[in-house]
Amino acid sequence: MITLAKDTLTKADVQDSLKDIFSHYEGEKHELIPILQETQEKFRYLPAAAMREISRFLGVPEANIYGVSTFYAQFKLTPLGKKVVRVCRGTACHVRGSGKVLAEMEKQLGIKAGETTDDMEYTLETVACIGACALAPTMTIDSETFGKMTTKKVAEVLGDRSSNKG
Amino acid sequence: MTEAAIKGNGKKRTIFICQGTGCVSGKSLEITEALKKSVAEQGISGVNVDFTGCHGFCEQGPVAIVEPEGIFYTHVTVADMPEIVESHFKNGKPVERLFYKDPASGQAIPYHKDIKFYSMQQRIILRNCGRINPERIEDYLATGGYEALKKVLKEMTPKQVIEELKRSGLRGRGGAGFSTGQKWEFCHNAPGDQKYMICNADEGDPGAFMDRSTMEGDPLTVIEGMTIAAYAIGASEGYIYIRAEYPLAVKRVRLALKLAEEKGFLGNKILGSNFSFRIHVKEGAGAFVCGEETALMASIEGKRGMPRSRPPFPATSGLWGKPTTINNVKSLATVPVIIARGADWYASTGTEKSKGTCVFALTGKIANCGLVEVPMGIQLRKIIMEIGGGIPGGKKFKAVQTGGPSGGCLPENYLDQPVDYESLTAAGSMMGSGGMVVMDEETCMVDVARYFLSFTQAESCGKCVPCRVGTKQMLDVLIRICGGEGRPEDITLLQEMGNNIKAGSLCALGQTAPNPVLTTLRYFRDEYEAHINEKRCPAMVCTALVRYYILPDKCMACGICARNCPVEAITGAKRMVHVIDQEKCVKCGTCLEVCPEKFSAITKVSGKELDVPREPTPIRVEKPKVQAVT
Ligand SMILES: Cc1cc2nc3c(=O)[nH]c(=O)nc-3n(C[C@H](O)[C@H](O)[C@H](O)COP(=O)(O)O)c2cc1C
Repeated sequence: MITLAKDTLTKADVQDSLKDIFSHYEGEKHELIPILQETQEKFRYLPAAAMREISRFLGVPEANIYGVSTFYAQFKLTPLGKKVVRVCRGTACHVRGSGKVLAEMEKQLGIKAGETTDDMEYTLETVACIGACALAPTMTIDSETFGKMTTKKVAEVLGDRSSNKG
Repeated sequence: MTEAAIKGNGKKRTIFICQGTGCVSGKSLEITEALKKSVAEQGISGVNVDFTGCHGFCEQGPVAIVEPEGIFYTHVTVADMPEIVESHFKNGKPVERLFYKDPASGQAIPYHKDIKFYSMQQRIILRNCGRINPERIEDYLATGGYEALKKVLKEMTPKQVIEELKRSGLRGRGGAGFSTGQKWEFCHNAPGDQKYMICNADEGDPGAFMDRSTMEGDPLTVIEGMTIAAYAIGASEGYIYIRAEYPLAVKRVRLALKLAEEKGFLGNKILGSNFSFRIHVKEGAGAFVCGEETALMASIEGKRGMPRSRPPFPATSGLWGKPTTINNVKSLATVPVIIARGADWYASTGTEKSKGTCVFALTGKIANCGLVEVPMGIQLRKIIMEIGGGIPGGKKFKAVQTGGPSGGCLPENYLDQPVDYESLTAAGSMMGSGGMVVMDEETCMVDVARYFLSFTQAESCGKCVPCRVGTKQMLDVLIRICGGEGRPEDITLLQEMGNNIKAGSLCALGQTAPNPVLTTLRYFRDEYEAHINEKRCPAMVCTALVRYYILPDKCMACGICARNCPVEAITGAKRMVHVIDQEKCVKCGTCLEVCPEKFSAITKVSGKELDVPREPTPIRVEKPKVQAVT
């Protein structure tokens, strides 16, 4: 049902932004992760074309870059939705019912954790812990945190968001 | 206006709004703005609006504190601001409805210092959190900040610093509890002209947030501690490795580094001495195993964060093969206090082998969630029942989980045990980074074990077989048990696998991953047996083992359950007792939630079937009601 969004960006699409990013790095191997982080912030995922350029810039084989970008949960190889919803699955959240919140979120968005809606509006993810345990169960939409979640509040936080679409 | 000043005893007052992650999610940024606006609009002078980092009492957030009197407001909203300004600042009458209410007595408590949650704590690491503005270095200096570094650079040799740390008895707060002074000594003695000092701020344990709060609330303490450590070991470069999931902490630490540099506390020839030290920030990228020191260093080097075997230890061969010391945020935040007040003062708190204080992130089924800093050796019962205010909703305590995914679950009879490294380890758990999750009778211990193992299994880096394959096998068995497919031999199987994984794994992730399973097997074996032998989940958590029924003598055919059922598993009609189709039911529990309390017609059972009609039947005949419906 869910088709993974395609990575369609080409070298021409990524070149200028990468030039900006590279301008404040030395081109040393240990800069790989921060560069990937900045690249992802720019494109909201890691386009293959960008990884090829990074490989050239750092002199790190593409295979290594692929290895690093698949090792860390933060990096995505396919485009993300406009809004990223993250349901916390930390311990405090778990014992206070985050499983139900996640199930409700999956139901309302019609996707499973790790997927993106067809209209590219939402990506749903889980996160190990956001460290706001006293507000468990918690979730975030982009950089906004929502605490003491219930299944009922799921529609509310999504509604909140869809109304200021634009 | 002058009136306000008089009522405030003529002193200038400051109201601090908490801007830690928890309170910010409760809109404390907007609240601060609204408060400033109200103060301006009502023309109040002598009142300063400021903010702090985390107070540690996030449950009550957003919180605000009015100094100097120490009035503490909880659950404040934008709408409350005009009232606080008018009533408290203008008319001298604090707003009682926003005071903290004692969960036991319901009594309103106005002053911060009288709240049990705080009064029973002894805050060393968190001493400034919630008390100072973390974005102003002057505030830090006013609390005695950087006095320790000055003392070190003026009066102490690196060796003396190390001796002082050794004498203080400080042990690493990152989990393993290794002597900090000794660790520094190894690195100090290691040959090499380039050395590195790393602060481990990865805080990956789900359920722990004290490192985050310390960095958000008092970042300069950590930086000062790190600078002293660098001086002791002889490092000129340092890294703070923070997880990217903590954007606010990253921001505050970066700002603090800049402020410290501007004031000459970092950089070249610090405070006119010959010592130079620079700190870089590296953001993690979402891998729990990167909290492990060798994995963390691989990550800084730009590689996959996989642990390697030790020796060589980082002290001789760490980052880029150079001698490196790596310490946890809390260990480093303690260092300036030890230097300033002396090793003897520090060592006077705690037990024989575990000195000082420890910070716990108290969460789960507990009235007062939040950060508590207590002397080592305190009983678990004191933390949970007194500071934590016990279990809410009159529920019974079942277990407390310490040490995060590497720790264990301890039952009631361990509540009187002292909390220190040795006692917790002897009980099969561990201090870990200080997560403390309280569980009540509605928590299923098999499900909890499954939860922790699913976490460690997913976070296993895959390098060594026992951890990669073993945790997966254990998880499969646990999933089977929770799903009602458990076999009698599963208990021994889990025990055997657990012990083998502990013995055979490369790093502490695998060496500790079986702990939650092994401790629950040790203390809550009956729950495993109920799942396996009776197909019963005593806490009624495991969905495969529970059933929902509508009680024919209670159902009043209101139809609310049927309308809300997501899978249309409920049938019924007007004046007919509704029935759940057990084949269709997905056990989401929605019907139980929505059934009006006055009927309470839905029941949840485990390990048995109820003999209720399979088809809708007429509802029970109501006795004529005496009262008329109004
Ligand atoms: C899987 C794993 C995760 C860890 N995560 C952390 C962490 O998040 N923070 C931390 O300080 N130490 C963590 N540690 C412990 C570190 O390896 C190391 O012992 C610690 O940072 C040393 O600092 P300390 O001596 O001040 O405690 C972890 C260890 C393992 C095996």
